[in-house]
Amino acid sequence: MDQSVVTVKNFTKTYGDFVAVDDISFEVQHGEIFGLLGPNGAGKTTTLECLEGLRQPDGGEMQITGVDPQREPSKLRNLIGVQLQTSGLPDNMTVEESLNIFSAYHGVQPRHELLTRMGLEEKRKTQYHQLSTGQQRRLSLALALSHDPRLIILDEPTAGLDVSSRTELHNMMQELKSQGTTLILATHDMAEAEKMTDRVAILLSGKIVATGSPRELTAKGSGMTKISVSTEDSILHNNENTFPAVTPHGIKEEYSIYFSTDPGPTVSAILNHLASNNDSLIDLRVERPSLEERFLEITGNGGTE
Amino acid sequence: MSAFTNHFLFEFKTGIRNSSAMLMLYMLPLGFYAAMGFIMVEINPGFKELLIPAMIIFAIMSSMILGFPTGLVEARESGIYRSYKINGIPAVSILIIPALSVGFHGLITSAIIAVTAVPFFDAAEPINWLALVLISLLVVFTFSTLGMLIGVVSSSSRAVVLWSQLIYLPSILVGGMMIPLSLIPEAFQKVSGLLPSTYAMQAYFAYAYQQESIIEPWVSITVLITSGILALALSIFLFNWDSHNDTRRGSPLLGLLILIPYVAAILYSTLS
Repeated sequence: MDQSVVTVKNFTKTYGDFVAVDDISFEVQHGEIFGLLGPNGAGKTTTLECLEGLRQPDGGEMQITGVDPQREPSKLRNLIGVQLQTSGLPDNMTVEESLNIFSAYHGVQPRHELLTRMGLEEKRKTQYHQLSTGQQRRLSLALALSHDPRLIILDEPTAGLDVSSRTELHNMMQELKSQGTTLILATHDMAEAEKMTDRVAILLSGKIVATGSPRELTAKGSGMTKISVSTEDSILHNNENTFPAVTPHGIKEEYSIYFSTDPGPTVSAILNHLASNNDSLIDLRVERPSLEERFLEITGNGGTE
Repeated sequence: MSAFTNHFLFEFKTGIRNSSAMLMLYMLPLGFYAAMGFIMVEINPGFKELLIPAMIIFAIMSSMILGFPTGLVEARESGIYRSYKINGIPAVSILIIPALSVGFHGLITSAIIAVTAVPFFDAAEPINWLALVLISLLVVFTFSTLGMLIGVVSSSSRAVVLWSQLIYLPSILVGGMMIPLSLIPEAFQKVSGLLPSTYAMQAYFAYAYQQESIIEPWVSITVLITSGILALALSIFLFNWDSHNDTRRGSPLLGLLILIPYVAAILYSTLS
């Protein structure tokens, strides 16, 4: 059975002579968190705005659970919840009023428990302009969830948030996923994408240049794991021996740094070498290649893998 | 509560919570009314005849031509309409509910003026109070839809000021609000035919005060109603969710079609 919640086929969008999105296709499956990644101006927001029915595509097809966003906007409204990158509410609208008004337009009872979940219970009577950026974002998410949509679209949801607000939002996203809600997350925060998404599409100059899970994408890269070692006597600094599967090593502050294609044997060999030379380990760090590095690799090559 | 009630109550409260709205809805018109009542009536006792209708029109113009369109443009530019759209709030609600709310405030100010002008400033009392109320409702309709159209076609707050002042200042100077239309030179009378305040003043004179009016009463009423309907239709047709939207249905210059009933009235009065 087809589990696609979102289907985009050969989607194109231009602004005058500028091609913002150029013939892209992707699908988002039920219950997954799908990341749309790319640098500023890559076409992420344009793609989302067409999915949300805010803009008209110039070519291709888009469907959300079989609904065409442009042809059936009223059906779309109850299917999706959106946290826009740039959106606002009237300055004088209180938190409670916004929930009541938006719920009423969606034809549902206001879910006041959402305010509690978002930590806005105390702010019910507070006007929008008196909320902090984090509180405004959380309110925006509460409103996006007010009608229990099947698909949530989040455009740069953590931009401008402090660490604890980011963590809260990430927890919320995981909770929604566990309840079977599908999420699309547009971000240029690679750490966030790596942590939160099941699959991603990397957009560059309006084209999709890579798709897959963060793990698949990073595995397709140079595949080098970074190993940083610090020891009491720093014997590795002058080590002429080479360890298995490593590039020539470098030194950064008190660390000797190796890049390995097979980190297990490399780490074992390093530890054996330290033991046989009576040096003791202070710190050992093994870092898998990150999505960010892979992203920079792809975008640095102009989208060529 | 229904979506309409929730939304209307919020918009109505905004008129009280927001200091700029409060200024345009109550403080400016009532302050100007008090100044006119104390000073102008002393200088020119004949102004007593004009005080109630002129100050009602002034109050309605201040809130609907100066204040209301600015709010529409600011809401569009700050992305509020985008939020509204993705949450299923239709364009008609976005335009009509704030207009109704501002109109309601305008009627409150008008009522304060109508009730206090006679005892406080010895203003001429309307002969037909019902006509005063009905014409005030019509004037609210005409000016609120005109303000709506200005807000829809203006690309910025600066453009709003330009369009608003093209109506506001001439209305005060040659629209019969400060000086009776009969005392204004004929050339300016023709210009005043382009202003809704002229028809509003003449309608008040004809129906609420049962005096002879320079413009035929049915013409005044027809122009006010036609202008209101046309402005409403054009506003809904030209409404844009945001300034970057590429799906706009027509050029903002189509807004100039609002001049049709006024030009037709001038032609009618010239030819008849």
